[in-house]
Amino acid sequence: MALAVGCRARPGKSRDNKTGSWRVFKPIFDHEKCSKCGMCRTLCPEGCIHENTEGVFDPDYAFCKGCGICAAECPKAAITMKQEEK
Amino acid sequence: MAEKKTCDLFDCGHRACGGCGAALSARLVTEAAGPETIVVASTGCMEVFSTPYPETAWKVPWIHSLFENAAAVASGIEAALKKQGRKEKVVIMAGDGATFDIGMICISGAFERGHDFTYICYDNEAYMNTGIQRSGATPYDASTTTSPAGKVSFGNKRPKKDMPAILAAHGAPYVATASIAYPADLMQKVQKAINTPGPCYVQVHAPCCTGWGFEGEQTIAIAKLAIETGLWVNFEMVDGTVTKVKKVVRKPVTEYLKTQKRFRHLFKPKLQEAEIAHIQAIADKNAEKYGIDIKVPPKKE
Amino acid sequence: MMEITEGSHAVAEAVRLCRPQVVSAYPITPQTHIVEALADFVANGTLDADYITVENELSALSACVGASAAGSRVYSATTSQGLMLMAEVVFNAAGMRLPIVMSIANRAMGAPLSIWNDMQDSISLRDAGWLHFYAEDNQEATDLHFLAYKVAEDPTVQLPAFVCFDGFILSHTYEPVDMLTQEQADSFLHPYNPSEKLDAKDPMSFGMYATPDYYHEFRYETNEAQNKAKAAIQKYGKEFGTLFGRDYSAFVESYRLDDAETAIVAMGSMCGTIKDAIDEMRDAGQKVGLLRIRVFRPFPIEEVAKALSHVKRVAVLDKNVSLGSRGGATAIEVRDAMYGKTIPVKGYILGLGGRDIRKKDIKEIVKLCEKGVGDQFYGLKKELI
Repeated sequence: MALAVGCRARPGKSRDNKTGSWRVFKPIFDHEKCSKCGMCRTLCPEGCIHENTEGVFDPDYAFCKGCGICAAECPKAAITMKQEEK
Repeated sequence: MAEKKTCDLFDCGHRACGGCGAALSARLVTEAAGPETIVVASTGCMEVFSTPYPETAWKVPWIHSLFENAAAVASGIEAALKKQGRKEKVVIMAGDGATFDIGMICISGAFERGHDFTYICYDNEAYMNTGIQRSGATPYDASTTTSPAGKVSFGNKRPKKDMPAILAAHGAPYVATASIAYPADLMQKVQKAINTPGPCYVQVHAPCCTGWGFEGEQTIAIAKLAIETGLWVNFEMVDGTVTKVKKVVRKPVTEYLKTQKRFRHLFKPKLQEAEIAHIQAIADKNAEKYGIDIKVPPKKE
Repeated sequence: MMEITEGSHAVAEAVRLCRPQVVSAYPITPQTHIVEALADFVANGTLDADYITVENELSALSACVGASAAGSRVYSATTSQGLMLMAEVVFNAAGMRLPIVMSIANRAMGAPLSIWNDMQDSISLRDAGWLHFYAEDNQEATDLHFLAYKVAEDPTVQLPAFVCFDGFILSHTYEPVDMLTQEQADSFLHPYNPSEKLDAKDPMSFGMYATPDYYHEFRYETNEAQNKAKAAIQKYGKEFGTLFGRDYSAFVESYRLDDAETAIVAMGSMCGTIKDAIDEMRDAGQKVGLLRIRVFRPFPIEEVAKALSHVKRVAVLDKNVSLGSRGGATAIEVRDAMYGKTIPVKGYILGLGGRDIRKKDIKEIVKLCEKGVGDQFYGLKKELI
């Protein structure tokens, strides 16, 4: 693909970089315990936690780096970090 | 399974460290500002982790020119928008090095001229992009690569520069501090700044796990501790007067300091009581100046 | 319409006619009369621009970067120390491919501090990616601003441009200038409407960083834009000539060069003096001619080589010096253009820091060149060394 003039780009291309491969620990979401407060979504530095149609939350593992903020901040302790199996 | 992708103006795939406070601030600020925003960036961690060509993470118009000139670039954009009759808001996002140090002249000029923009400083208290060197925002006694603790040094010898006061003195109509630990408050302040005509300033405390030395999952907890110990004060200033302050039941500063490697030399190999007392005095002074203490009645024996 | 006016005011009037939406500049001698005049135009409503009174030159050009990226035509002016304070932004604006036009009232670089004229300032930034135009007189200084915007904004170019003219010698001198009317200016220079700008309707990231996988090619592309500017200069320089009678399609101007044995190569206002000296030398039977370079970037290497192909010797006059090299920048470039030819090219550095250049100096340099003596500072005061 030819270069853009002046090193410019339109949005979307950062999603080519699948940061999920960085992950060492994986957040596992327990929907039973979830109170639907959305704190995990709000505090995720990746913006990769999304609300599904039932109002509960799931991470997009393609991008989740496994930082563990969601697990640390979940008021219901509904998220646990598990070592990735590679 | 359908998803509501609500946080979509700062996109996934950026290269920030896991648990990055600055990345979270970028998400929260763009979400608060909305799509009708032009973001002006300084050189720094955020610029680098979000825009390696062609993989931009920004879904709003975004521009980076140099390290020191974001406020001047924003001045030009604001002038151009005015002449073109356009309504987009101009939001600068710059680190503390770009704000407290190298960008001071551009910032002072732009605030004095009174352009209508919002300047957000994501403050992670050192030059993280170049490898954790001290800036004017680095707190007292923090060990950085240019203010290392050593046999005859306890780290950074100066307290943090009071940027909000400097910009309030320029006549900024709205100046605030915020923290990624309180996202609703942060977003409200960003919106208030954007909707206040004239140059407004919001300084966002954004802990850096790599630079400060803690696990990424602790980012929010540490940001909270900064506030709970009085080492960071969340406040709002309207026309130079403090109008709102986050009050806390204060914890001793050691609760905050002991969580981070940059302060480890204060505890090991031995407890540096005099230095810790000095830092406690900084917190006490903050508490008195801003009136943050919630008085708890003493427990009965 | 012909009017007798100061160089700075003529330039300011030309800029007004170009309708920039944002002007951002900082006062510095000898450029101040331009930006004062523009401030007057804005204050009196004859120029509908936002005039940003920045706190230094770095911010002056930085504000231009922002405004240009947001899609406005922008203008700044500076010189010497101010240009060097901008230097980081100068490179940045070119790499970001923003068609900013900036006047340079050429002045010497400190230390020692000197407010007087030479070309060390803009010449020192010859590698930054800007187009460089050098005017001989105030008419040209005026006209080149229209041409600079037209070329800079051309979609095949998208580069910023310096319009350079000698500080004080031109900027503060009253000369007759044939000024375009607004209608004429508008017929040549149309509103700036870039295909890409900072715009919420089509969000783009400007000024991203490039890894080693891309950087090399970005530099190539910026250099290609310089090459493409040649065709744009020829096209729009000719169009300007057709419309207004003054053709700027040539990168170089030859004066009595056809049968010359000694060619002088120079830029800027000293060429007026050189032409007078040549007339006198011609009257005395000396076959001397001038090749004046108007466009220094992109450097017209083929045009220079062709124009000098028949002469016996070349004397290049430089009001700048590339310290630690064999001479001034023009001499180095001309020697490059003449590579492989047996024609000797000698460089002469003169007129630094406002030292007058007189007809007798030109004649003396021609004598030196005929003797094969050159690559030197000309006219040194022996008693000071």
